[in-house]
Amino acid sequence: MRYPFPVGKADFIQGDEAIARAAILAGCRFYAGYPITPASEIFEAMALYMPLVDGVSIQMEDEIASIAAIIGASWAGAKAMTATSGPGFSLMQENLGYAVMTETPIVVVNMMRGGPSTGQPTFPAQGDIMQAIWGTHGDHMLIVLSPSTVQEAFDFTIRAFNLAEKYRTPVVLLGDAELAHMRERVYIPNPDEIEIVNRKLPQNEEEAKFPFGDPHGDGVPPMPIFGKGYRTYVTGLTHDEHGRPRTVEPEVQQRLIGRIYKKILDNKDDIISYEKFELDDAEVAIVSTGIVSRSAIRAVKLLREKGVKAGLLKLNTIWPFDFDMIEELAEQVKKIFVPEMNMGQLYHLVKEGTNGKAEVELISKIGGEVHTPMEIVERVVG
Amino acid sequence: MYLKSAYEIREKYLRKDMLPTIFCPGCGIGSVLQFTLRAIDDLGLNQDEIVWVSGIGCSSRVPGFVNFDGLHTTHGRALAFATGIKLTNPNLKIIAFMGDGDAAAIGGNHLIHAIRRNLDVTVILINNFTYGMTGGQVAPTALKGLKGTTAPYGQFENPFDIAQLAVSAGANYVARWTVFNYLQGINSIKKALQKEGFTLVEFLSPCPISFGRRNRMKTAPELIRWYQKITVPLAKAKKMSPEELEGKIVIGEFVDRDRPGLVREYREYIKRAKKMMGWEE
Repeated sequence: MRYPFPVGKADFIQGDEAIARAAILAGCRFYAGYPITPASEIFEAMALYMPLVDGVSIQMEDEIASIAAIIGASWAGAKAMTATSGPGFSLMQENLGYAVMTETPIVVVNMMRGGPSTGQPTFPAQGDIMQAIWGTHGDHMLIVLSPSTVQEAFDFTIRAFNLAEKYRTPVVLLGDAELAHMRERVYIPNPDEIEIVNRKLPQNEEEAKFPFGDPHGDGVPPMPIFGKGYRTYVTGLTHDEHGRPRTVEPEVQQRLIGRIYKKILDNKDDIISYEKFELDDAEVAIVSTGIVSRSAIRAVKLLREKGVKAGLLKLNTIWPFDFDMIEELAEQVKKIFVPEMNMGQLYHLVKEGTNGKAEVELISKIGGEVHTPMEIVERVVG
Repeated sequence: MYLKSAYEIREKYLRKDMLPTIFCPGCGIGSVLQFTLRAIDDLGLNQDEIVWVSGIGCSSRVPGFVNFDGLHTTHGRALAFATGIKLTNPNLKIIAFMGDGDAAAIGGNHLIHAIRRNLDVTVILINNFTYGMTGGQVAPTALKGLKGTTAPYGQFENPFDIAQLAVSAGANYVARWTVFNYLQGINSIKKALQKEGFTLVEFLSPCPISFGRRNRMKTAPELIRWYQKITVPLAKAKKMSPEELEGKIVIGEFVDRDRPGLVREYREYIKRAKKMMGWEE
C-alpha cells in the first residue's frame, strides 16, 4: 500500500500532523470534523491524505454531527476518528456517551485550549481532564490518553485506535495547543513495524446474536458490523445482550453498565501506562501528565542537582486511573506535587489516590503558558 | 399494484420478539411502517443491504421493530450518523425514519446539510405536529393556533413546511401525503428508494392521544376528517390564491430530479485527488 507521507524514517512535523499520519497508519479510513483551533491541522492533514488512501474525510456541519458520523462509520466497519478542542468537545459529549453505551470503537482527539467558553483558542491548557473522564451523563467508562511530545502524539494515536478496537470503546486522546502546533522530530515507522489491533467480529450466527453479551467471557462482545446479514439493532437505550431495549428493569441496566465498567477495569494493567523518573529513592514526587511533564522532568533534574530527592510519575493514561499506585507512592514519599495547567483537576484524582498518606500540593498555572522547570522547582523547595 | 396480506409483510419483516409496538391506539406510524415495508417488498430489495437509522421519539422506535440492521441514535442526529454509514459502505441503502420534532427542530441543521450534500438516504418523515413520546408538546410543524402542552393557548409561532424546505435545500425527490393516501404513499416510497441522493417522503400522521386529544380530535377518524379538510392536492393548490391556501397543507409530489448523490461526488473527488497528486492518470 502506498502512503501519502514518508514511512520508515524521521520527519519534522507538528503534533496535529503526527496524529493524522498515525491515524492513517493505524488503519483509520473515516474522518469527520469541524474546524476549530488548535485541532484544525489534524483535519487539514486528513483532508489531504484520506482520498489518497481511499478513505473518507468530510467536513460536517458541527461537532455533534462529526462524532455522530464517526460512530455511524464505525458500525459500517471503518476505524474512525474526529478531532476538536474544548468547546467542540463539549458539544460531542452526548454522543460520546452514546458510543460508550453502544460500545462503538472510535477515537476522539481533544487538543485543549484555555477555557471555559471560547477562552484562549491559541493557547494551551489542561482544563478538559475532568470533561474527558466525566463529561457525558450517566455512569460510563472510557479510556483517556495524554501525550506530552510530538512522538508520543504519534505513538499514542496508534495506541488509541488499538485500545478502542480491543475493548470496543471510545478512546479520548487529550493533547493541548502547545503540542498541536509544536514541531519536533518524529519517527514515522513502516507499517510492518506497527502492531495493529482489529475489533473482534462474530465468527458465526450464534455469536452475532449477542452483540452486547459476553460470549468470550472477557466482557468484550464481537461487533457485528452492518451489512453482513446479522441484522443487528443498536440503541442508546438500556438494552439486553441481544440489543433489545429493556429500560424498566434495574437488573438489565446493572448488567450492561457493570460489564462496560468491568471490561475496562479488569484490564487496567493493559490500559494504564505511565513512566517513572528517579522515583526509586524519592522523598518528593511530582505527578503530571501531558505537556507539563516535560517541564517536570527538567525540574526533577534541577532538584536532584540541589540535593532534593525528587522523582516524577508521568501519566500517559489518565483514565482509568491507578488509585492504588498513587497510594503506594504516597506511602513512599512525604509530599506529592501536581503541576497542571488548570485550577486543579488531576490534583483531585491524585489527592483521592493518596488516601491521606501524603500531603498533596497543586501547582496550578493558567493563562496559556506551560510551567517553566524553575517554577516547579521553586514550589518544591518552598 | 398487487397488495400482499399484512400478515405476510409482518411475518417477513418484523421482529416478533419485539412486539407489541409502543404505539398508541390510532397512531399512524404503523401504517407508514407498513407502506415502507411494502415498498421494500415490492421492489425486492435485499433485507441485508438496508440499514434503518433513527433519532429519538415515537417514530424513531421503528428500526427496533423491523428485522434489519438498525441504529437508534440520539435526538435529531440520525442523518449525521447515516452520513458515516453510507460513506463507509455505499452498498448499504439507508432509510431514516424520523419525526417532525426530531428532523426539523433539534435535527434541523443536520437535515438541511444532509440535503445540501445530497446524502444518499431515504427519509420517511412522520409529521403529527407534536412531540408524542414526551407527551404532546408543540412541534415546529404545528400550524398556528394548534395546542400543545407547551403552548396551552395555541401555537403563536409560524410552522415549518418540511417538504418545501427539502425542495429548496436541493433534495432529489420530495413528496408529502397523509397516511390515508396509502397507494400514493407506497408509490412515493418506492420511487424514493430507487433514487440516488436525498429523498424524503413526509406523511401527515394521526396522533390522537398526545395531539388530537388537546385539539378537539380525540380519535383517529376525527383526525382523518381534519386532514381531509386541511390538505389540498398540488394540482388544485396551483389554482388557489395565497389567501385561500392560508392554513392549508399541500400534498403531492413536489420534486423529482437526478442531481448526483454524495457517494458519487466523493468517488469523483477521490479520483480528482489522486490525479492532482500524480498518483493516477
